[in-house]
Amino acid sequence: MKSQFARLALAGILVFAAAPFWAQTGGELHFCLRGEPKTFNPILVDDDASENVRYLTGGVLIRLNRQTQALEPALATSWTVSKDRRSITFHLRKGLRFSDGTPFTSEDVAFTMRQLLDPATHSPTGDAFRSGQGNTEIRTPSADVVTITFPAPVAGLERQFDQAAIMSAHSSQKEMAVLGPFQVAEYKAGSYVLLKKNANYWKHDSKGNSLPYVDTVRLDIQRNRDIELMRFRRGEVHLINNLEADQFDRLQHDMPGITRDAGTGLDPEQFWFNLRPSSPLPEHKKAWFRTTEFRKAVSLAINRDDLCRVVYAGYAKPAYGPVSPSNHFWFNSALKNPGRDVDASKRLLAKAGFRFDGETLKDSSGNRVEFTLITNSGNKARERMATMIQQDLSEIGIKMNVVTLDFPSLIERMTRTFDYDACLLGFLNTDLDPNGQMTVWLSSGENHPWDPNQKSPATAWEAEIDKLMRDQATATTEKQRKADFDRVQAIVAEQQPFIYLVNKDVLTAVSSSVTGASPVVLNPQAFWNAEVLRVGPATNLGAQK
Amino acid sequence: MNALKIMRRVSFVILIAVFAASLLAGKLVPYSHATQFREAPNSLPSGKHLLGTDPLGRDLFARLLYGTRISLLLAPAAALLSTMIAGVFGAFAGLYGGWPQRVVLTAADLSMALPLLFVLLTLRALLPLDISPALSITCTFLLLGLLGWSSSLRVVWASSRSLRESDFLLMARATGCSPLRTIFKHVLPNLRPVLFAQFWISIPVFILAEATLSMLGLGVMEPLPSWGNLLRGLEDFPAVSANPWKLAPLFMVCLVVICFQMILPAQEEVS
Repeated sequence: MKSQFARLALAGILVFAAAPFWAQTGGELHFCLRGEPKTFNPILVDDDASENVRYLTGGVLIRLNRQTQALEPALATSWTVSKDRRSITFHLRKGLRFSDGTPFTSEDVAFTMRQLLDPATHSPTGDAFRSGQGNTEIRTPSADVVTITFPAPVAGLERQFDQAAIMSAHSSQKEMAVLGPFQVAEYKAGSYVLLKKNANYWKHDSKGNSLPYVDTVRLDIQRNRDIELMRFRRGEVHLINNLEADQFDRLQHDMPGITRDAGTGLDPEQFWFNLRPSSPLPEHKKAWFRTTEFRKAVSLAINRDDLCRVVYAGYAKPAYGPVSPSNHFWFNSALKNPGRDVDASKRLLAKAGFRFDGETLKDSSGNRVEFTLITNSGNKARERMATMIQQDLSEIGIKMNVVTLDFPSLIERMTRTFDYDACLLGFLNTDLDPNGQMTVWLSSGENHPWDPNQKSPATAWEAEIDKLMRDQATATTEKQRKADFDRVQAIVAEQQPFIYLVNKDVLTAVSSSVTGASPVVLNPQAFWNAEVLRVGPATNLGAQK
Repeated sequence: MNALKIMRRVSFVILIAVFAASLLAGKLVPYSHATQFREAPNSLPSGKHLLGTDPLGRDLFARLLYGTRISLLLAPAAALLSTMIAGVFGAFAGLYGGWPQRVVLTAADLSMALPLLFVLLTLRALLPLDISPALSITCTFLLLGLLGWSSSLRVVWASSRSLRESDFLLMARATGCSPLRTIFKHVLPNLRPVLFAQFWISIPVFILAEATLSMLGLGVMEPLPSWGNLLRGLEDFPAVSANPWKLAPLFMVCLVVICFQMILPAQEEVS
């Protein structure tokens, strides 16, 4: 009797001990895409929704660890880059198979690279690999070794492979045969994308269990952020990326322990003056905007701490340079936050020939200093920042009007008519590497917002930035590249073509039924480690209030 | 005195009180509508801030009073403009019929067929940027007045058409009265109740149209307040439900619109 009782007790203990593990394997992870994925072909990805699907389904040779920001071996066990940074050799994992069972070999890598670099495919991912005139040579000496030689050095070469999901050269399923943790199982346009576990995924956890832990991932297509949040509150979705500060605050209040502030994000909010010589602005305004002291004085008069505290409820940091401190490698830590200094601002204005007539600032010709800042309508945070800047600048006698425009009108003025004084917007930095912002920094770039598509640099400092950006792109050592881009950041801080305002925090929410989540500032934030996320069975819909 | 008359008088008194409070805003609140108390954003109602503060720390009571002034001054002006356009052209079309009627009614139909909001958005985007907030809001209401006449015109046209065969107009014509004199001396005075009704009806319509434009960020420019951009603060429903005093602008709009409706002449009085 005793032994029977002991056996029963032991069985009970085993059941209870095993319960948490059972509870967290299998199941369905649920979150939203904020748009329709335009393609499932990894080489054609050019939108956020498709990028998220590619991240979850695509297998890459080298993976950028979103947490450490270091490169890690993935499908390649190791790689070597030639001294001239034109050539890279990968040693591939052996015995891997695509989701449809076809074996993975160096031929698949060669096939993918040819597809990426084929001008006929117009691959946005392939653009990052195009380094110069001439053909790229791809050699496959064996099934597990591949060497790719580019016509010219490729800046940040290894990092570019994080975006290059390998496709099968032989599978009849084409791009639907994948090497990532999940594969597309079902897609209903406008409604959802269902991903199921890739049974052939190569990765295992430290105990030898196959990854990913969840069986399926359901990506609901939901453009409305409020509905997404409401569904999260009801327990219908497990993760939310990019929450607004006020939503985050309320969620933190209502559901303690759910919200995660991943830290300062990479995307700055900034404004700039129109420096286009041919713009239809009056000459005196053009003269103000071209004056470095004027731009610096405006920058010094802005209370960035207040912007962070009032507009972003403290979930932001003052920005004073193009690179966020969260970008560990590229951030120039030598740049100092100048803070707010109204007196210094007034001194700079006086030095530049401006004078005060009572409370009003006038230029040397007697024109009242007044300009209009445009921003896109509907963005509450930007509208609030603009209103606060308006009050800050009134302290140095500048009258600033704020006009919100619908986005197409804003872009029209920024890129075609150049009929605006100053513009407040935020830029998305999807890449840690400065090469991703080439068209912003080069004076000839179409996204060089203060004066795009210049035939030759309009100023000496723009010429220097051009040279430094080209140098860093072809430099053979990361140290040299860093030195070049540090100098670019210093010039930008000195000349203030962009007046940086804030870097917003990356705010996410993760359901309590999900374990293993550790949101990061890099995309895809809350689900960068989707393969190790577990969903408990207690994730009953409507369980959370 | 019947209940309707009492209601009308009460509504009239309320409107006068609201109007007076908005005109005396500078005396009633010690702060400007634009002053930012950045240390106290979203604060609760207190002795210092009767309705609390908005997300930038601006006194909501001050903004409500100044916003009321703007909306209550400019919406009637826009209503007057649109009613005048509707009155003159509606009377002309109704009285003379034929091709003038066809031209005017086609223009009205075309105007009604146009999506007014998008037209306003486009025209607003075409305005120069370097105009002051006061000029911007005047332009906004001017646009509303110039574009919002079509439905009133239809009503005025229908009424003036019924006058066309009346004896007094026959007499006027028989005595050699000129067309302009006929319209201004004989037709418009007879259309006065209709015109008044259209004027009163248009005021809340324009207030709400400005509110809609402001909801889209295209109405009154910061830092000027208006009912429209105050209503925009109500977009964030969870925040509002936790702080019901933030509904004050909505309450004010509803109160004023109801009061305007109450003092409108009833249908039988118009006819």
